[in-house]
Amino acid sequence: MQADPRGVLTGIHFIDGDHACCEGALAAGARFAAGYPITPSTEVVERFAARIPTVGGIFIQMEDELAASITIQGAVWGGAKAFTVTSGPGFSLMMEHIGYAAMTETPCVFVNVQRGGPSTGLPTLPAQADMMQARWGSHGDYEIIALSPNSPQECFDLTVRAFNLSEEYRTPVMFMMDECVGHMTEKVVIPPAEQVEVYPRRHTRRAPGAYKPYEPEADLVPEMVHAGEGYRFHITGLTHDEWGYPNMNVATQDRLVRRLQQKIRAAEDRLTMVDEHGLEDAEVVVVSYGITSRVAERAIEMARQRGVKAGRCRLIGVWPFPDRHLKALAARVKAFVVPEINLGQIAREGERAAGGAARTIPVTHAGGGVHRPQDILEAIMEAAR
Amino acid sequence: MPVTEIRIAGFGGQGVILSAIVIGKAVSIFEGAHATMTQSFGPEARGGACSAQVVLSDRPINYPYVTRPDVLVVMSQEAYSRFTPELKDGGILIVEEELVRISGLRSGIRVYSVPATRLAEELGRRMVLNVVMVGFFAAVTGLVSADALRQAVADSVPPATRELNRRAFDKGYEYGLAKAGAPIEEYDPAPMEVE
Repeated sequence: MQADPRGVLTGIHFIDGDHACCEGALAAGARFAAGYPITPSTEVVERFAARIPTVGGIFIQMEDELAASITIQGAVWGGAKAFTVTSGPGFSLMMEHIGYAAMTETPCVFVNVQRGGPSTGLPTLPAQADMMQARWGSHGDYEIIALSPNSPQECFDLTVRAFNLSEEYRTPVMFMMDECVGHMTEKVVIPPAEQVEVYPRRHTRRAPGAYKPYEPEADLVPEMVHAGEGYRFHITGLTHDEWGYPNMNVATQDRLVRRLQQKIRAAEDRLTMVDEHGLEDAEVVVVSYGITSRVAERAIEMARQRGVKAGRCRLIGVWPFPDRHLKALAARVKAFVVPEINLGQIAREGERAAGGAARTIPVTHAGGGVHRPQDILEAIMEAAR
Repeated sequence: MPVTEIRIAGFGGQGVILSAIVIGKAVSIFEGAHATMTQSFGPEARGGACSAQVVLSDRPINYPYVTRPDVLVVMSQEAYSRFTPELKDGGILIVEEELVRISGLRSGIRVYSVPATRLAEELGRRMVLNVVMVGFFAAVTGLVSADALRQAVADSVPPATRELNRRAFDKGYEYGLAKAGAPIEEYDPAPMEVE
C-alpha cells in the first residue's frame, strides 16, 4: 500500500537523524505520538508536535514515560499508527508496557535514542548500551524486532520499515538509534509518497461473531479490529485464549507464549537485515551496528591498507539476532571483531552464533563518545594473527 | 573535493550550528557532494560552549568526526584556546577579531580575521553575525561556491529574513574577498614545531 501523501515531506533535506526519524514515522502513517521528551531524543517529538497539526493527528506530551508507552497502545486499538520516543532512563520506565504490547500484539514503535547509562548517566552523549534491554527488558518470554540505523537517511528509511514490521508481525518494534546518529546532520532524500510502501493494519474481513481476536493466521499472526467498529473483543495482559479472554492454565500459556516467540523466530531469515562488504575474501569480519559501524569502516580500510583481509557485516536488524546468517559466516572466517558502545552485549550474541567456529573479539566502550578507529584496527590485527 | 574537515566554535546563541548547517547544505544539496555535520553543546541554551563540525567530501563519508580540522572558525576566546591546538599544520584559522585575541599560535597557520559581529550590527541585526561569517569563510577559503552558499542560506532562514541574510552573506563575502590574498601576520608565532 502507498503512503498517505499528507505525511510524506518529499524532497531533499539536510536534517539530523532525530528529525529524519520523525519524517519516517509520518511517512509510515503515524498519526499519534505520546512522549515525555528526553535528551537526546527530544527533537523527534518536537518536530512531530510541530508537523502533526498540518498532517492531521495528535501529539500528547504525557506526565511520564509509563503513560506515554500505554497511551500509544490505546491509540493503536482506536485505529491509529502510533509511536513513542525516549532515551535510556525513559526506556527503563517503558518496560512494563513493552511487555504489554508484546502480549496483546499491539503494533507500535518505540524509538530509543541511546545515551550513556546506567541511570541518568550521560544525558547528551552517546552509547549503545540498551541493546539487551531492548531484547529482554520486560519480564516473561517474548521475541522482539529491533532495528539500528547508522545515518539520518536510514533514520527515515528504517523508521518506515519499523512501522511496517510492527504491523506485519503485530509486535512492538524497537528503533535503536544512538545520540550520534540522532544528532548527525546529512542529506536525507524523502521520495514521493507513491514510492513509500506502507504495510496496512491487518484488519479482519470477518463479520462480528465470526471473528476471534487472537486466532492466528497461517503466519501465526492474528487479525485486528478497532474499538467502536461493532466487534466484541477483549484485550488483556493476562494469559488469554483465542477469544482474548483470560484463561490461565498451562496449555493456554504454552500455546500463546510459544506463538509469540515463533511468529518472529520462524521469520528469522526474512528479518535478517545486514549490510555487507568485502566478505568474498575476508578472514576477519567486523560485526557492528549504528554509529559504531561508521567508525569501524575506517578501521576496516586501515586494515586492508595493511594487507589484512577484513570485511564488514553491519547489523541493520539486531533483533531477532541473525543467528543462522552469522553461523554460516563464522564457518568461513577466522574471527568476528565486534565493536560497540557498551561492554560487550552484542559481542556475546556473535560468539553464541559463531558456536566456536570463529573467534569473537569484543571492542568495548563504556559510552560518552565513539571508538578510536585505531582501537578497532588493533583488534582486527590481533584477530588476523 | 578531498576530505575536508571544518570546525566552527563559539558560544550558544551565536548561530554556530546554523552556520555549519548552511555549509553542509550548500555542499550536499546544492553542489552535489557529501557533507556530514555533527555538533556538541552544553546544557545551556545560550552562553555555553558550542561547537559544530562539518566533514566535506566528494565521496560518501563514513567517519563523521573532525580530528584535525583543515579550517577552524572561532567566535569566542574559549573556543580559540580549546581548538587551535588540533588545527592541521598549514590549516586556516578564521577568528571573530573583536571577540578573540590571538596569542601563542604556532606558525604555519593562515589566519584571517573579521569583525563579524560589528558588520552584522551595521546591518541592524547582530544575530546575522553567523551568516556574515559564512560569507567571509566562502571568500577566504574558496572551498564552497558563493552561489551554493547563498542558496543554502536562503533555504535555511525564515522567509522574512532572507533579504537581511543575503545582505549579511554578501557583506562577509566582500569583506573576505578584500582579505583573501592577505592573511594577517600580526601575531607572535611560537617557535617552529619540530617535524
